[in-house]
Amino acid sequence: MSKIKGLKCKECGKNYPAAALHVCEFCFGPLEVSYNYDFIKTKISKEKILQGPKSLWRYQDLLPIEGEPTVGLNAGFTPMIHAKNLGSELGLDYLYLKNDTVNCLTLSFKDRVVAVALTRAKELGFDTVACASTGNLANSVSAHAAEARLRCFVFIPSDLEWGKVLGNLIYRPNVVAVNGNYDDVNRLCSEIAGEYPWAFVNINIRPYYSEGSKTLAYEAMEQLGWRTPDHVVVPIASGSLLTKISKGFNEFAQLGFVSPVKTKIHGAQAEGCSPVATAFKENRDFIKPVKPKTIAKSLAIGNPADGFYALKVVHGSDGLIEHVTDEEVVEGMTLLARTEGVFAETAGGVTIGVLKKLAKKGVFKKGESVVAYITGNGLKTQEAVAPVLGVPWNIQPSLTSFQEALKASADAPQTRRGDQ
Amino acid sequence: MIKVRIPTPLRKLTGGQGEVDGEGDNVAALINTLDKEYPGLKERLCDEQGELRRFVNIYINEEDIRFHQGMMTPVKKGDEISIVPAIAGG
Repeated sequence: MSKIKGLKCKECGKNYPAAALHVCEFCFGPLEVSYNYDFIKTKISKEKILQGPKSLWRYQDLLPIEGEPTVGLNAGFTPMIHAKNLGSELGLDYLYLKNDTVNCLTLSFKDRVVAVALTRAKELGFDTVACASTGNLANSVSAHAAEARLRCFVFIPSDLEWGKVLGNLIYRPNVVAVNGNYDDVNRLCSEIAGEYPWAFVNINIRPYYSEGSKTLAYEAMEQLGWRTPDHVVVPIASGSLLTKISKGFNEFAQLGFVSPVKTKIHGAQAEGCSPVATAFKENRDFIKPVKPKTIAKSLAIGNPADGFYALKVVHGSDGLIEHVTDEEVVEGMTLLARTEGVFAETAGGVTIGVLKKLAKKGVFKKGESVVAYITGNGLKTQEAVAPVLGVPWNIQPSLTSFQEALKASADAPQTRRGDQ
Repeated sequence: MIKVRIPTPLRKLTGGQGEVDGEGDNVAALINTLDKEYPGLKERLCDEQGELRRFVNIYINEEDIRFHQGMMTPVKKGDEISIVPAIAGG
């Protein structure tokens, strides 16, 4: 018996073999991995997890690979921070940050999904991997393909932040910058995937790949002492991360590791690309695609594949979806950095901006726990905050010069425009 | 003739062809004519009301028809149409 039964259409329920397939050929619905939970129950236990590796592979029994992991052995199990400083600014006693800015190998949550996707791609016999990416995914696929000695093609929008472009090139993959936005890249890749026998992690390998995001829920529960938080705030790009975090909570409850889930799942988008937040506000169950225009490029998906499901999950959990302006994104980034020492990328600014908005609205009641998912590292999107950070004191190498500068700074504190 | 690119899940209906030719003044008409040659195609793409299914995207010259007039978006000779499953990416 194997833990993977096969793939199953989330819409019409049609079954497929556990191959490199992502779409139901009858209704075009998404395929999901279907598990033998009865079998998994006989294998998994809290004790086994606790003795497992300090990586996402401690939850291997709930991940869609057949053998042992071979790629991304150090991905996941990132710190959970009890954010007392930020919490006190926002009036929250139990604010936690899931800090994937320090994920391994490439400083974003994408290392989780890629570790699973490339391990599975190797199991399925592929020698070439690829992806359509807003940046972080491309970085992670490039790095892990280098580690796994796989041929690699990454497709990115041509206007990406320089740090994310360089974060591909260093690993020597084939980097294809497409003149268009992410939705153009995604459509092109769907067409390319139909023509070349490659493992596109977020296209034909997507059912396996997306399961890696469940580990962000498992880790949160384990790190909170085998409890579900009362609230989570999750950034929404395609919506996959949010739906898989929900799935992770429910799986642990189903296995009896935590009490039945009552977590309210809140979504965060940037105003310049908020098709899911807008559908939520307008109480629609369908997404109207938009043309993204925001500095939060990692979330700039105008036609989100899982937007429909993200809406469903948020509604079902009694959560909310909010959006914030680019100014609030930058403010969120600087707020997080100066209170907790965490330098997150723009997506983290979106999450913190929305967290702040929800806190102001009184969504979080006294004593409730909140986990905010910080999914990527600020060193990759420096241009977004650079303009508001001011400049260092420039002094001569003398005590007098320093003392003069110190005095001047007392009179005119260093610019902190991002903090208002 | 209008070139229409067919995604893998629909190629069983087009005898394995990844690209077919069609005719029509708008997307709805184009799909109707394609359905005559490749029966079953329309049912896969459209719901009972003739609207595009949730998980299907159609592009005219790389532009999503949902940004235009949906199924009523005009098409003309020389246009390139792509039918692409919506579930991808992210």
